[in-house]
Amino acid sequence: MNARFLRRIAPQIATLAAVVALIAFVFPGFFDISLANGRLYGSPIDILNRGAPVALLAIGMTLVIATGGIDLSVGAVMAICGAVAAWCVRQDYGLVSTLAVSLSAGLACGVWNGFLVAVLRIQPIVATLILMVAGRGIAQLITEGAILTFNHEGLIFMGSGAVFAIPTPVLLWLAMGALVTLIVRRSALGLLIEAIGVNQRASMLSGVNARVLIVAVYMTSGLCAALAGIIAAADIRGADANNAGLWLELDAILAVVIGGTSLLGGRFSIVASLIGAMIIQAVNTGILLSGFPPEFNLVIKAGIILVILVLQSPALRVATTFIKPARSLR
Amino acid sequence: MNLVPESPPLLRAEHLSKSFPGTKALDDVGFALRASEVHALLGENGAGKSTLIKCLTGAYRRDAGDILLDGRSIDPKDTLHAQRLGIGTVYQEVNLLPNLTVAENLFLGHQPMRFGLISPRRMNADAEALLAQYGLAIDPARQLDSYSVAVQQVVAIARAVSLSGKVLILDEPTASLDQHEVQMLFGVIRGLKARGLGIIFISHFLDQVFAISDRITVLRNGRLVGTEPTANIDRLKLINMMLGRELAEETRKTGRVAPARTDTAKFRFEGMGKRGRIAPFDLDVHAGEVVGMAGLLGSGRTETAELLFGVSGHDGGEARKDGRPVRLASPRDAVAAGFGFLPEDRKSHGIISELSVRENIVLALQARLGWMKRISSRRQMAMADDFIRRLDIRTSDAEKPVGQLSGGNQQKVMLARWLATNPEFLILDEPTRGIDVGAHAEIIRLIEELCAGGMSLLVISSELDELVVYSNRVVVVRDRTHVAELVGENVTAERMVQAIAAPEKASAYAASSETVS
Amino acid sequence: MKSNILFGASLLASVAVMSSAASAQTIGFSQIGSESGWRAAETTLTRMEAEKRGIDLKFADAQQKQENQIKALRSFIAQGVDGILLAPVVATGWDSVLEEAKEADIPVVLLDRMVDSSDDLYLTAVGSDLVHEGKVAGEWLVGEVGDAECNVVELQGTTGSSPAIDRKAGFEEGISGHDNIKIVRSQTGDFTRAKGKEVMESFLKAEGGGANICALYAHNDDMAVGAIQAIKEAGLKPGEDIKIVSIDAVPDIFQAMAAGEANATVELTPNMAGPAFDALDAFMKDGTVPPKFIQTESKLFTQADDPAAIYEEKKDLGY
Repeated sequence: MNARFLRRIAPQIATLAAVVALIAFVFPGFFDISLANGRLYGSPIDILNRGAPVALLAIGMTLVIATGGIDLSVGAVMAICGAVAAWCVRQDYGLVSTLAVSLSAGLACGVWNGFLVAVLRIQPIVATLILMVAGRGIAQLITEGAILTFNHEGLIFMGSGAVFAIPTPVLLWLAMGALVTLIVRRSALGLLIEAIGVNQRASMLSGVNARVLIVAVYMTSGLCAALAGIIAAADIRGADANNAGLWLELDAILAVVIGGTSLLGGRFSIVASLIGAMIIQAVNTGILLSGFPPEFNLVIKAGIILVILVLQSPALRVATTFIKPARSLR
Repeated sequence: MNLVPESPPLLRAEHLSKSFPGTKALDDVGFALRASEVHALLGENGAGKSTLIKCLTGAYRRDAGDILLDGRSIDPKDTLHAQRLGIGTVYQEVNLLPNLTVAENLFLGHQPMRFGLISPRRMNADAEALLAQYGLAIDPARQLDSYSVAVQQVVAIARAVSLSGKVLILDEPTASLDQHEVQMLFGVIRGLKARGLGIIFISHFLDQVFAISDRITVLRNGRLVGTEPTANIDRLKLINMMLGRELAEETRKTGRVAPARTDTAKFRFEGMGKRGRIAPFDLDVHAGEVVGMAGLLGSGRTETAELLFGVSGHDGGEARKDGRPVRLASPRDAVAAGFGFLPEDRKSHGIISELSVRENIVLALQARLGWMKRISSRRQMAMADDFIRRLDIRTSDAEKPVGQLSGGNQQKVMLARWLATNPEFLILDEPTRGIDVGAHAEIIRLIEELCAGGMSLLVISSELDELVVYSNRVVVVRDRTHVAELVGENVTAERMVQAIAAPEKASAYAASSETVS
Repeated sequence: MKSNILFGASLLASVAVMSSAASAQTIGFSQIGSESGWRAAETTLTRMEAEKRGIDLKFADAQQKQENQIKALRSFIAQGVDGILLAPVVATGWDSVLEEAKEADIPVVLLDRMVDSSDDLYLTAVGSDLVHEGKVAGEWLVGEVGDAECNVVELQGTTGSSPAIDRKAGFEEGISGHDNIKIVRSQTGDFTRAKGKEVMESFLKAEGGGANICALYAHNDDMAVGAIQAIKEAGLKPGEDIKIVSIDAVPDIFQAMAAGEANATVELTPNMAGPAFDALDAFMKDGTVPPKFIQTESKLFTQADDPAAIYEEKKDLGY
């Protein structure tokens, strides 16, 4: 089981190592880590920390994609939940109730998406597009167009605090990833989700309650997006409805794809998606550290991701399996 | 009818064979099509009709055999090549482009050119002239999908004929047409026949076959059963060719002639039906009993199975298990009531191809237990290994994706999935179709074993002899209605054929018949 | 030009007829919408300026749609307002409705953004000079550091946007001739707090933990606010260890300045209506034709300007 798991995530680990090596080559001080203000400080920490929103989104997105769906609304849900959290603390809610309200808002968004997909049978890409467009508007209604700032120490801790010198966002995505992986793999959810993703009709004919499970994965996605939104707002001490989570749904989908989960659904790996998210953030951070003019940002990012996807493409995988037996013959 | 018996065949296939992993789809089949002939090609699902057509049109490469067109050997590499050689095909789902105009559809790829540019005016004029030959007076400049399926069908035929011109293959052309449209299509077909084309007509509507065809070729399990002039054959004989073994050469197999049961049935279905799918019917199934279900393709047999398993829901009626009412609104309800269902379409409704043998086996049980109660890995392995051994599933190991197994082994995995739930009532829809001989025999043996163990089974099969072997009773379905029930001595292939061909005659033989309108 | 004079002359005539009404004007204001805090503040200030002058302001929010603005303008013309303020959502497509206004002898003043129509179709345009804003920021830094060596990191606006291009050019113009000031790193922060913070974090890592950075120039205050957090989290003192100058003058930056965490900001004033009303007033009273572009003041604010008081002043403007 462990050997199989390692083989599954080996390509992602190798890619991450390659990207990190490339950054270290361009920026030699990359691995310098120190302790500042009771908090680990350094570029690798930045990657783990800045990658938190995409990593969290990728957790939910992996499950959604595994069922053969997609969730385009996560960026907008981040904006909504960040705005809700900011609004709550400005109304002097305590941290616990603020988090509860904000996370519930994320769950509600998930219920909405799941309802459209599982009950009304609207294609997932269309169904979640609705909230993607409308969600940002809802967030703007909450913030009334401005950046809702706050100085609530508890909420700020979610974004820029640290526990045992590790930034809170890092702990949150690690914990969420571990929790969801554990639930999905220690229960039968993983099997049932994969079965739905490969063949929904056959799964239903085997008695799988596909409808409820699909709603559940969109709810998970909404919950993850809510947490990401809280972190994003806490990071800048304000809810920015216009920009929070903007285009992050695409990064989250990319993370899942780099993680090797097929967009057609079926087999999935949350761990691999999380590594995928870190690969994307490593590329982003690497570009910032490199000092190239900003006009090159997108070209460099696109180039690196193209190389990653080509290296992981099925055609090339076939080629490498031809090489492997040749080796073992020797 | 058979006016020119001596004319040399236009298209001939000899000793055609084609295998797929695990099955022999075509086995030494011969086929001859004459010019000016409508030749019907018949057989149940999996008989080899579509494989034969695909070999003729180059969609498949044959493994062995020759294809001769006008006496010359041909080797179509793909459908385009076949089209250039003279063989055109029109499929059930019209394979044209609905958002282009009629004229564009007719001439796509070979539009009339003027000064190197497509001339829409000339194209439309040409199209109008061409369609007039088919008695169609429509505006060719309008979009194709603004016309009915029947008109689209004729446009597809016109295109195929103008491109190929010798042989026209019509694959289930009437499936979505009404009576009037069918007559129009037949007019077109007769016109083409008069022009000297050879037409292969595939349909499961026997009335239409009798109305239009000159000769009939029947395939069964990939083999040629025979070719007969339509005039020399009647309904009964035709169905016999399609479903039964040649009755003359084989003495009637005696199944277990079970005495009529007098105890109350374990499962009772009363007045169950669904508008547009299956007329309301009554059905009793006792514990330890196999009820067979016979009928042609499209007769309502699969609809019956899906209704009983809660797939389609039912309009009225009631289901009872041990006298207590059972809800059957969804497959989950049916599973909860101890039902299991092996669907006919194994690929798209049965197996989860990318998942492993183990996961496929545990799926139904896991779904019934719910997501919280995960079957432990150790128990999953034990279950998988147990079924692999018991059902002799040929796989390298339990972790192999089930899609990589042969058809017969996939079917055994499907059976294992349901057996793992310890079902009390198992519905099997064509459990032996498309699988190799070995697995075939094993599945029949398994059905008998399960029955002996006290399970109730409903088995749908096109293999009437097979039904005779294991069925205590046989329900015959025709035109989406349960028309007869054969019990005891009457469970024979001949009786079933008679009931399928002519329900009123069959009821005379049936010991207890029920006809629900 | 000829038609412009004619326009002026005919207006003059109409003003002469109703000169008595000059004190109680009715002005229509077609606002884009409320896509940013600055825009909201512009609306608030326009209302306040109108109230101060006793002007009856008819306000129409176009919700980011040009057709709504054209509709609003037509209804202003139908109501026979004395003048129109227009903050155009896009640059093109205004010719016909502006001609209608001209035929009705109603002067139009553009706020904040320009249109592609010929300039005789509107009275004047009030706006800020983006290059000048950057220059003011640059000149402040020159005065602040004197002859000391100073490495500057720059947070640009969205790559390719005109504020990003102009504010960058203006800043470079402001520091030109002072070789002691060098821009060592320049990267886009997309005008957002989050990106400003993230990019600043990487600047700090790349420049020896911030030891090599003397000043930060941000194309807007939001990015500066994000960067301030990054600098604090890196254990440095923003405003002291790293000097911070940015543009816009939104309330939050005054809060930072009051706390000593930011040094200077250049105001993009939301009070475009003040100069616009002045120009309309003068034109109506005695026919003074204003220049075609009225540049608003790009005022510099520093910690010496009592930022806490300005924050109180600005915080309720709707930023």
